[in-house]
Amino acid sequence: MEAIQVHQGKAIAMDRSNIDTDQIIPKQFLKRIERTGFGQFLFYHWRFDDDGKERPEFELNKQENKGASILLAGENFGCGSSREHAPWALLDYGFRVIIAPSFADIFYNNALKNGIVPIKMDETVIKKWMAVAEQGKLELVVDLPEQEITVIGGEKIHFDIPAYHKEKLINGWDDIALTLQLEDDIAAYEAAK
Amino acid sequence: MEKAKTIIDKIWEKHVVHREENKPDLLYIDLHLVHEVTSPQAFEGLRLNNRKVRRPDLTFATVDHNVPTKNRDVIKDAVSKKQMEALKTNCRDFGITLADMFHPNQGIVHVIGPELGLTQPGKTIVCGDSHTSTHGAFGALAFGIGTSEVEHVLATQTLWQERPKTLNVKVEGDLGPGVTAKDLILAIISKFGVKFGTGYVMEYTGKAIRSLTMEERMTVCNMSIEAGARAGLISPDQTTVDYLKGRANVPQADAFEKAAKSWLALATDEGAAYDKTVTIHADEVEPQVSWGTNPGMCAPINGSTPTIADSDHPEDLQRALAYMDLQENQPITSIPIDHVFIGSCTNSRLSDLRKASQIVVGKKVKEGVRAIVVPGSFGVKMQAEKEGIDTIFKDAGFEWREAGCSMCLAMNDDVVPPGGRCASTSNRNFEGRQGNGARTHLVSPEMAAAAAIEGHFVDVRTYANHQSTSAAF
Repeated sequence: MEAIQVHQGKAIAMDRSNIDTDQIIPKQFLKRIERTGFGQFLFYHWRFDDDGKERPEFELNKQENKGASILLAGENFGCGSSREHAPWALLDYGFRVIIAPSFADIFYNNALKNGIVPIKMDETVIKKWMAVAEQGKLELVVDLPEQEITVIGGEKIHFDIPAYHKEKLINGWDDIALTLQLEDDIAAYEAAK
Repeated sequence: MEKAKTIIDKIWEKHVVHREENKPDLLYIDLHLVHEVTSPQAFEGLRLNNRKVRRPDLTFATVDHNVPTKNRDVIKDAVSKKQMEALKTNCRDFGITLADMFHPNQGIVHVIGPELGLTQPGKTIVCGDSHTSTHGAFGALAFGIGTSEVEHVLATQTLWQERPKTLNVKVEGDLGPGVTAKDLILAIISKFGVKFGTGYVMEYTGKAIRSLTMEERMTVCNMSIEAGARAGLISPDQTTVDYLKGRANVPQADAFEKAAKSWLALATDEGAAYDKTVTIHADEVEPQVSWGTNPGMCAPINGSTPTIADSDHPEDLQRALAYMDLQENQPITSIPIDHVFIGSCTNSRLSDLRKASQIVVGKKVKEGVRAIVVPGSFGVKMQAEKEGIDTIFKDAGFEWREAGCSMCLAMNDDVVPPGGRCASTSNRNFEGRQGNGARTHLVSPEMAAAAAIEGHFVDVRTYANHQSTSAAF
């Protein structure tokens, strides 16, 4: 995966709770056998009407939100299915950071495996930022090594992320290569079983 | 004396391959179930890196998500076909056993695992599917993973896992007559919310849980993920042992007795501590119907949709009611339905079909309602046909199909049309889940069957045939 250290980008607000992976990437797009090309289907039925035309009222379709790479969302983001197509679609569309009060467990892991930084943040802070983002005026710098988010022209705020997740994201490490270095431990476990 | 432990702690400790401070544990995986939708990119990753599958003997694959449930000879959808063929090629190239579409073991992965005795107490079980929690019914630590983790398990037979917190879901008392395991789990999610299990492994305990059959326990554990928990389990007891005895992949004869003893020893010790405990009284649970767009949005059959002004999140509620085309304070029994789906990894096992069939004996599906029954596996289908259950359904006007995930997620042709409203025994009522613009109401098999006959929701407890249901089985 691609390493991520400091990311600056425009933030977009999706003020909804429990955004599930069926909305992020509907099932009819799970039949592809590649990891790429899912961005065009992101939030498909929220984004497009039955004729495939953009719904102008949907957040991603508003002119001021074009080019956003940071997503602000409500609690329990990514609940539901384990489909990794969800982070693939978010990443392919251009999102590198997602900020929410809480994430579903499987989605949180899946995001990390793909170099998306999921940041848990207090709901009051997110609500405040959402108000600014809704006017298309929220630009953030996410500094992963320092665990800090800077609002351009505004405050600086600390965030928590487990150290081992941070290390992997910063270095873009592949889990499997690391685990295979522990081959002796795995073999010993199997032998003792 | 040794410290009292939960079953979760016991299984975890037995599976740690490598441990370092301030890092997740590297856990050994005993069983890896694979299906066509979340695996192709994982196999591709192995190929690109010149890696092999470490333990094909601990890996088992089937096709369930995409498979047609009728006219299987011709798969019209070329992309689905390609995905199923990819799994076939991958299993052949990497030496993995596959129950393909025409194989007698084919079925929904969470139905066939237990059926074949692959699922056993104390195992760590993963699958690229969030409803892997189903296998927790046996006292296994079973959870869903993403495709990167599928690739990791294929290559190493291990996973890096943070030790989860433990949550005791205590179910006191007894379920009333006509109230099912499905009603119980819906009531639990409705009471405590769709994220109360996030970060936890749940253990269901209490008298009402002990009284459940294995198939009922699977229904409960299946929907743990809908409460936010990746895994939900039940300590093994004699019910567990009796179910497994004689199944294909369990030890036989004396070896079985020995295994059974070790399984029973896994049960949570008296006095073991959990990080959190919640309690629900089974006697208070009524048949449930979901009215909204997440599984926490449920009401008892004799209740109504909520009042928007009473909600902490009125916008979410308003959105859900608008999508579902319902009013606030609308009685549940007034909701008309035009589709009925009996199936899915939640409710497609033999006992589900038996009970639902008894509701419809001698009756006819309401005009204008399309009702389908999709058995969870080829094995379930064969046994049901032996018992004449297919005939009961067909005589009543239901369609009787081949095994698969089908209308639960509508990846094949079994789709609810836009604006259609479905009484469904599945697990998710998300927007568009059963088809773009489709509206899903989650219910038990009995409630779905009664709704098919009446064309709207009715209370099965007072429904004409109910007495005969309990008498027959």
